[in-house]
Amino acid sequence: MNSISILNGRLIDPAAERDEIIDLHLAAGRILAIGQPPAGFVAEQVIDARERVVCPGLVDLSAHLREPGLEVKANIASETAAAAAAGITSLCCAPDTDPVIDSPAVVELIRRRAKQSGKAMVLPIGAITQGLRGDALSEMAALHEAGCVALSNGLRPFKNTQVERRALEYAVTFGLVVFVRPEDRHLRGNGCVHEGPVATRLGLPGIPAAAETVAVARDIALAEHTGARLHFHGISTATAVRKIRRAQHDGLPITADCAVHQLHLTEQDVDGYNSDCHLIPPLRTLQDREALRQALAEGVISALCSDHQPHEEDAKQAPFPSTEPGISGLETLLPLSLKLVRDGLLSLPEAIARLTLGPAQVVDIPAGRLSLGNSADICIFDPEADWVLDREQMHSAGHNTPFHGWHLPGRVCYTLFEGRVVYQS
Amino acid sequence: MRPNLQLDEQGRLRHFLSIQGLDRQMLNLILDTAESFAGVSNRTVKKVPLLRGKVIANLFFENSTRTRTTFELAAKRLSADVLNLNISTSATSKGETLLDTLRNLEAMQVDMFVVRHGESGAAHFIAEHCAPHVSVINAGDGWHAHPTQAMLDMFTIRRHKPDFGRLRIAIVGDLRHSRVARSQIVALNTLGAAEVRVIAPRTLMPNDMRSLGVHPFHDLEAGIRDADVVIMLRLQKERMEGAFLPSEQEYYRLFGLTEERLDLLHPEAIVMHPGPINRGVEMDSEVADGPRSVILEQVTYGIAVRMAVMSLCMQQTPGAES
Repeated sequence: MNSISILNGRLIDPAAERDEIIDLHLAAGRILAIGQPPAGFVAEQVIDARERVVCPGLVDLSAHLREPGLEVKANIASETAAAAAAGITSLCCAPDTDPVIDSPAVVELIRRRAKQSGKAMVLPIGAITQGLRGDALSEMAALHEAGCVALSNGLRPFKNTQVERRALEYAVTFGLVVFVRPEDRHLRGNGCVHEGPVATRLGLPGIPAAAETVAVARDIALAEHTGARLHFHGISTATAVRKIRRAQHDGLPITADCAVHQLHLTEQDVDGYNSDCHLIPPLRTLQDREALRQALAEGVISALCSDHQPHEEDAKQAPFPSTEPGISGLETLLPLSLKLVRDGLLSLPEAIARLTLGPAQVVDIPAGRLSLGNSADICIFDPEADWVLDREQMHSAGHNTPFHGWHLPGRVCYTLFEGRVVYQS
Repeated sequence: MRPNLQLDEQGRLRHFLSIQGLDRQMLNLILDTAESFAGVSNRTVKKVPLLRGKVIANLFFENSTRTRTTFELAAKRLSADVLNLNISTSATSKGETLLDTLRNLEAMQVDMFVVRHGESGAAHFIAEHCAPHVSVINAGDGWHAHPTQAMLDMFTIRRHKPDFGRLRIAIVGDLRHSRVARSQIVALNTLGAAEVRVIAPRTLMPNDMRSLGVHPFHDLEAGIRDADVVIMLRLQKERMEGAFLPSEQEYYRLFGLTEERLDLLHPEAIVMHPGPINRGVEMDSEVADGPRSVILEQVTYGIAVRMAVMSLCMQQTPGAES
């Protein structure tokens, strides 16, 4: 196994509250020393990280890798390569594959494919109900033993509130965090954009903000009743933020993330029937966006995620309501987060915390920190780089992004996974 | 929508997808051009040779006999060849994508697509992806727009009341789902109407209606008082039951236009309806067939307006007629 020294970098590790120019030494895939190398240490490779930031490899709580079942869009090899190019070394994959992640066999398949590609740690999120049908509980213990780090019903609804209650109660038995994407399916109806002035003008069926807040209120009530550890994934509204902040204040074990694109776009970006901005949850109002930003700064939202949903070209080539929702988000996760630093919302260490320690704590994994003996998962980036995103140059199989042509800050120079360089620009 | 998608580099009409993005001058040009075509229907030979040799395809992904017929008639009066394609029961049901269908039709050297589709933005999507020589006319997309219907309504209004700046117009009915109303509102505001009111129960009106530049009312009698023009919208019966409205009877009682309620209008007011009418639900037969009604004029003028839009999109104005 390689031994590597990363020299002269600005090492930022929010877990250790470290932000200083210091060297890092790796051996046998692990972090061996910070600062002086141990006596007799000889690096086979030296990386000069002068004027670069060295931080833990990013942890993404929500990436749809499309394998198994939807390889027409992407696969684990293509998307973990894209993750490596984006500085991401751990990603949680959503359970809505085909077949869904509701058996140890599917978990094993995903883990094996990820290991074969060797670019990033893939952490499956298990289906909390069989087939994600929302009616019968999955074998959660078996899924946990097979390697699932959390449970979720993905984007699909529970058949009724009683099933959700039982699912949460059963999950508590194993201490597993449950991801929920809060949405009242009846209020969403056939909506495809935020219910607001843009929807009214374009004649598109709207999804009211209440579709999210009704569900958040229900889920908080169930978390309180069952004692489940609940993680709200992909929140989009100011009212949801208020309810989550209150629940955290009341001491409930509730965390939340939002997709980083929700902090940069609003419903206005849908104008012109821009199918790259067809998202679920939809892009909301400027006020919602500001509330999400505020919640991120306060730590109510402790994790930023990509909500990566790569699509083939045809999926976005249709009248807006018929296009498939989602953004290919891995490669904009870090730059859009750094843009928040440029906007003055977060300090650089705070932004890195929302991309590393914050998400790692949600799923309770040792990643996202540069502790001695930890797996050497590291991102080295140039915080001053300015570049223009060209969708054709994206590493992901999905080139569906509304950020094509945007000037973005921060460029990944190296990504190391388990002590190996898996990406170098 | 990109404001220039409908216009070419010289600012001439290239596609007709929405009223949004067109200025008053362009709307007046359409109305004036329609005026010049209005007499064609009364001639012995009801044709002009403006689009001779051109092929126009009516792509109807949603059924509509009335709209399709008037587009067909308009195209034929301009001497174009017309293809009628009922796509909802053919290509796309076999799994072909909309773009595949488009490419096939382009390969048949079609010059213009008249598109009706159940999804908002469909005509816009086709205009963005079709070959440069092809024009697209929106014949109704989802809840979004039905711009030729709006323009024939404007034409009808102008014939009776030429000064839009003095008009109070009331639009009554299912505003939530109405592409006709959305286009009418933009057209009326662009033409400088003094006041546009919209009237519906809360379930049939979006929260953000004011953002379109209208005055919302939930009380019919207050909303139509002193109006110069009342446009009644078709209430789709499939939406009558369930969560939108309790019953046709209650809707009629609260929002139906009756002879008694006509007394609330300005004495010279006209009554319009894009059709087909649900008699006894949206309005009484006495109103639909009465002296204030201009509903059949709307149908007649629809052909002239569609001729105008087609000829303008193909850069063939009546002055070029040999």
